[in-house]
Amino acid sequence: MNVTVNINGAERTADVEPRLLLTDFIRGTLGLTGTHMGCDTTSCGVCTVLLDGVPVKSCTVFAVQANGRSITTVEGLKQNGQLSPIQQAFHQEHGLQCGFCTPAMMLVGTALLEENPNPSEDEIRWAISGNLCRCTGYMNIVKSIQAAAAMKSEEVSA
Amino acid sequence: MTTTAEPHSLLTTPEVSGLGHSRKRVEDARFIEGRGNYVDDIVLPGMLYMAIHRSPLAHARILSIDTSEAAAMEGVIAVVTGELLAGYNLAWMPTLSGDTQAVLATDKVRFQGQEIAAVIATDRYIAQDAADKILVEYEELEPIVTPQRSLEQDAPLIRDDKEGQTNNQCYTWESGDKEGTDAAFAGADKIVSLDTFYPRSHPAPLETCGIVADVNSATGQATLYMTSQAPHAHRTVFALVAGLPEQNIRIVSPDIGGGFGNKVPVYPGYVVATAASLVIGKPVKWVETRTENLISTGFGRDYHMHGELAVTRDGKILGLRVDMLSDQGAFFSDAQPTKFRAGLFHIVTGSYDYPVAHVTTRGAYTNKAPGGVAYRCSFRVTEASYMIERLVQNAAYELGMDPAEFRMKNFIKKDQFPYLSPTGFVYDSGDYEGAMKLALEMVGYDEIQKEKEQARGEGRLVGIGLASFTEVVGAGHGDDYDILGLRMFDSAELRVHPTGKAILKLGVRSQGQGHETTFAQIVAEELGIPASDIKVVEGDTDNTPYGLGTYASRSTPVAGAATAVIARKLRDKAKKIAAHLLEASEDDLEWEVGKFSVKGDPESSVTIQDVAFAAYTDVGEGIEPGLEGVHYYDPPNMTYPFGTYAVVVDVDPGTGQWKVRRMVAVDDCGVRINPMVVEGQIHGGLTEGFAMSSMQHITFDEQGNCIGSNFLDYLIPTAWETPRFELGATVTPSPHHPIGAKGVGESATVGSPAAFVNAVIDALWPLGVHNIDMPVSADRVWAAMEEAKS
Repeated sequence: MNVTVNINGAERTADVEPRLLLTDFIRGTLGLTGTHMGCDTTSCGVCTVLLDGVPVKSCTVFAVQANGRSITTVEGLKQNGQLSPIQQAFHQEHGLQCGFCTPAMMLVGTALLEENPNPSEDEIRWAISGNLCRCTGYMNIVKSIQAAAAMKSEEVSA
Repeated sequence: MTTTAEPHSLLTTPEVSGLGHSRKRVEDARFIEGRGNYVDDIVLPGMLYMAIHRSPLAHARILSIDTSEAAAMEGVIAVVTGELLAGYNLAWMPTLSGDTQAVLATDKVRFQGQEIAAVIATDRYIAQDAADKILVEYEELEPIVTPQRSLEQDAPLIRDDKEGQTNNQCYTWESGDKEGTDAAFAGADKIVSLDTFYPRSHPAPLETCGIVADVNSATGQATLYMTSQAPHAHRTVFALVAGLPEQNIRIVSPDIGGGFGNKVPVYPGYVVATAASLVIGKPVKWVETRTENLISTGFGRDYHMHGELAVTRDGKILGLRVDMLSDQGAFFSDAQPTKFRAGLFHIVTGSYDYPVAHVTTRGAYTNKAPGGVAYRCSFRVTEASYMIERLVQNAAYELGMDPAEFRMKNFIKKDQFPYLSPTGFVYDSGDYEGAMKLALEMVGYDEIQKEKEQARGEGRLVGIGLASFTEVVGAGHGDDYDILGLRMFDSAELRVHPTGKAILKLGVRSQGQGHETTFAQIVAEELGIPASDIKVVEGDTDNTPYGLGTYASRSTPVAGAATAVIARKLRDKAKKIAAHLLEASEDDLEWEVGKFSVKGDPESSVTIQDVAFAAYTDVGEGIEPGLEGVHYYDPPNMTYPFGTYAVVVDVDPGTGQWKVRRMVAVDDCGVRINPMVVEGQIHGGLTEGFAMSSMQHITFDEQGNCIGSNFLDYLIPTAWETPRFELGATVTPSPHHPIGAKGVGESATVGSPAAFVNAVIDALWPLGVHNIDMPVSADRVWAAMEEAKS
């Protein structure tokens, strides 16, 4: 089946098996390996991408379901060659260690801040509770999202 | 962060970023852009995919294996069975504990999920489809799911493949002084005992295990991209197992998505993929599914422990007796030093000063997955720490003493170090009272004790739990610590280039710990070359010096020491070159970070960068050109990080649910290279300790079916459940480590489970609840309260 998606601003079309998972489509067919696979059961969230701006776990979405839609992956976070606030904040606040959950965490954080520019700590923890991390204990991931919120509000007021 | 100790006095500027700077991590750049390179990201031309057919039964004789339907499927290149591997003498392989393990089962299956056959296909989906088409006929045997049943006389023999094996006992091992301990117990006022089970758990890094095996049939070169915490040791194992010439094996361990001990062993999948690539002549990729990861690769813990403490009426410990029975699964594959059959479990005497202890251990084969990996811990230290910290807490209650006071009374005192423990460890340094005092102050211990009383009057249950752990990390020395005969040293190769920039190559392998950032800081401290001018390379056996790898918190204690030593050796050589450049005698030169100058004439000086350039251009008479070297460090002793953790919980008397109100962690890991990275390691370790105490465990039903084969059943804490942590630090340098560092990656996992459980028990003790085994889930708490009532 033919699938056409807009991924990180570029249109891509491919002929795929109906059963191909969106994760495998992004990683294998499109060669964007920043999206990872961790559990196959929609539990760990490392495969999270934004589908029309909404976080979805791409291991339980078929590629054909993304036909005609827009996808953002970690590779699409940079804007005009500049790291986005969330990318800068994860570096600044030591929000990552092994890096495997990081792309998904940053995408969820990005979507959260779009919807709620000034989230409380509990709101952040709830938002990322569909995404597991084995390294950080979440402390610095929360701090990173808070720091990104602060950066973005400075951008707006500047 | 709260600290009583002076932070490491900074000798370098932030631009140089030597020890003590919270330097931002250099590895972040690729990860935040999705440009990391994990094993599953590797795609080679012509690459094939492998999937494994696994046993649905825990214990059964294999009558036949029919691969015809699978082999006939379009896209299937080959089906590999144990029979085929036997032709290459690869049906069995050695484990890291000197046992043997089936690569692909031929005679019997011995645990659910055991590897039976593998399909190699052009596509991952086809490989999996075909693996499901393999038909195996079985004769079912009694599954053995507990070590107690395993050791009964009439239990069926699990390891009938082993010559001379007549029962299911896997090992016995003991440590300490039996007679002395018996005498101490005979003279005790009171004996406090505790039976506890530290359940089977799984490290479950978010990246599962995998390999891309690329054997070039023309050259014989085997390049194996593997999720490996120990690439050099794995290369040697491959040379021995597969009979490949070691110079032709290159193991590349690219970015690793977490390890925690899971990526220390060599797994059957690695061996089969390599054999398949060798036979087919094309690269073969195998990456586990999560279920495969949880049901077949290295578990942790599974220790049944009985402990007894002999004490005096006024609260002095006289001796300790511990008997432990471990459930090893079907193959004895603990990743641990050869001499020690139960790892370093004999560190179970803990942070306390008493003359005698006796530790007996037994291991049993069962029909469960093998493993026994050091899950974020130094070879069974977590189990040991849990045992003693639960026992001292209960002893204090039984004596009517405050648990903090009881610990203080029995601590090894600051001036007793180096301290020879009753089981033969030489603790290098410590200040246990200092860490305890800081933790009590931070948590507001006295106020919580008052609140507890008041809460009880109001029908609320509040508890405070402590754990004052001592860890032992950084194995060897090589005379005592080896794996399959390989001494547990580690290495560092440092090359300073003509322009003063450097490459540091290490035998260890980071899995998220941030070596690229922190090891450069050690060199920056010693040579004054800015850390940003130093590239750290790991994980490629062709391009790094031999080392035993990263696990058991050994990178900083061993490879970190090697790094400091080689940097100092190069500084010694640099001094000779500086003397030539300054036309002075070496004895007249003095070093301050980054430059040599003539004593009394500070204007006459050369920078390390000047010297590096001269090493290649104007080295001076009789001096060997270049500024490079390698050092292999065999540590004189291990290091002993310690700390005190304090947890405050509120327990719901109606439901048994408990919530962490405060979690204070005071760690002393000696000198901190990068405080930011250290704190990140502690956050992660505390979370895994919380996980084990509250939810994480792998269980089996009576048929040996693994309950906990995916993340819906094997619970891992999310940001929502995970407590907030408050960190404190004291700094007691290791006296024998070149920079005084001790290693910190696992302290928090080792120390914290007992603190969480002690907190719940503290709340429930007045109700008559004296123990709940982990995970201390709400239903277990509720059941314990109900039982105490009746």
